[in-house]
Amino acid sequence: MPRNFEQPHQMPGRLIIVEGIDGSGKSTQLQLLHKWLLNSKYRAFFTEWNSSALVKETIKYGKKKNLLTPTTFSILHATDFADRLTHLIIPPMKAGMIVCADRYIYTAFARDVVRGVHPEWVRNLYGFSVKPDIGFYFKVPIEISLTRILNGRVELKFHEAGMDLGLSDDPKESFRLFQSKILEEYDKIAMEFGLTVIDATLPIQKQQGIIREIIKEKLKDYEPTPFLKKKENVYVA
Amino acid sequence: MSHRSHTFYDAGLPYIDVHEMTGKLIVIEGTDGVGRSTQIELLKKWLEVKGYGVATTGWTRSSLMVQAIDEAKSGHTLNVNTFSLLYAADFADRLEHEVIPALRAGFIVLADRYIYTAFARSMVRGADPEWIRKVFGFALIPDAIFYMQIQLEDLVPRVINSQTLQRRYWEEESGEGMDYWESGMDMHLGEDFYDSFVEYQKRILLEFHKMSKEFDFQVVDAARSFKEVNRELKQGILAVLDDEEPKEKSRRN
Repeated sequence: MPRNFEQPHQMPGRLIIVEGIDGSGKSTQLQLLHKWLLNSKYRAFFTEWNSSALVKETIKYGKKKNLLTPTTFSILHATDFADRLTHLIIPPMKAGMIVCADRYIYTAFARDVVRGVHPEWVRNLYGFSVKPDIGFYFKVPIEISLTRILNGRVELKFHEAGMDLGLSDDPKESFRLFQSKILEEYDKIAMEFGLTVIDATLPIQKQQGIIREIIKEKLKDYEPTPFLKKKENVYVA
Repeated sequence: MSHRSHTFYDAGLPYIDVHEMTGKLIVIEGTDGVGRSTQIELLKKWLEVKGYGVATTGWTRSSLMVQAIDEAKSGHTLNVNTFSLLYAADFADRLEHEVIPALRAGFIVLADRYIYTAFARSMVRGADPEWIRKVFGFALIPDAIFYMQIQLEDLVPRVINSQTLQRRYWEEESGEGMDYWESGMDMHLGEDFYDSFVEYQKRILLEFHKMSKEFDFQVVDAARSFKEVNRELKQGILAVLDDEEPKEKSRRN
């Protein structure tokens, strides 16, 4: 500390994370990767940034009553993340597993800065977090992500479209404005933290092929802990 | 304008304009049971009689965070990071919804505890000192910080006396005579409430002591009588207000 995520971690496991705006296809890619890892007889563990029980109700209440400021919004998500890190990321990492995380601290760096907090402050806020072994950033133009999201459902969610920021009364327009600001932040973050940029407009299987090649290379020196190695023999998919 | 504008400790709140805050932020710090709240009550009346608008803010849970903190505390799921962050969210909520609006309206804000309490509590639980300071970097630097200092041997009889213990146990129906958290029971420092309290407060007092210089505490010896402490606090507050006296006068005329 104060910025743990700038130093490589010393745990036997590996941490793979994906980032990108809504509709970039990152979750699809991570799920495919997870299946492949399991099929390759690796012990892989999947986790996503859903609100944990600890602050879920508070965030819901705060949104409903319009009590959240950019700062409290940011700290609440950091609390949530700290809880998830403690319970769902560090134990499997210590046990030597491969942890696949859908969204990581960079989501907060992008989103919270767009909402108005200080870029340095939010980076320090997450100082307790673990540096990923590899981070993929799925880069996609706004229009494509919007089409992908609206394909699946009728309308955009209030916060997804950043409607609370008052950028526009039209949800689609608000989404465009909000997500393009997030995109700008992501581009900066990808450079700053050395995320691997994936062209998310490519066909799904093509992207997955690129990712698997990179992961194969990354896992060359990976040795599961003896405890997990032994178990591996009795593993069934 | 002689008004000195407020500043933040570190990376502050970029969306807040500090120049509009004409009030004064006065912090009373000190450990549990040292008598802060009673002092603040009287200081508020005293200032109001003098014609100042006064707002008080405490370290009680904000409406946003009350549920999360109470639930987290009743379970055993907190580690030092989540513990520190929950309090940071709670503090940010009060700062933005109580303190800043009051300062904007020109009030004197008397804060019963401030970020230093959070630092002490987090640090005795093993938080990284630099990290916790950065997390609270959005806090406003107070115009004055009065630290009510007390030694452990003077603190113990104030907390452990039949009146306090009886009231807490019977009337407030808390089911405990001494507070679980003020005794640091989560840290497993001792066999029972008393042993734990002594060890915990010893460590908290040490952390406060270490912060004294760093944050420019004005140390008030809280082992003296209530009246003497009150007199010293009043003098200290007057010194802060004197800075602004010409402006205050012209405003009233």
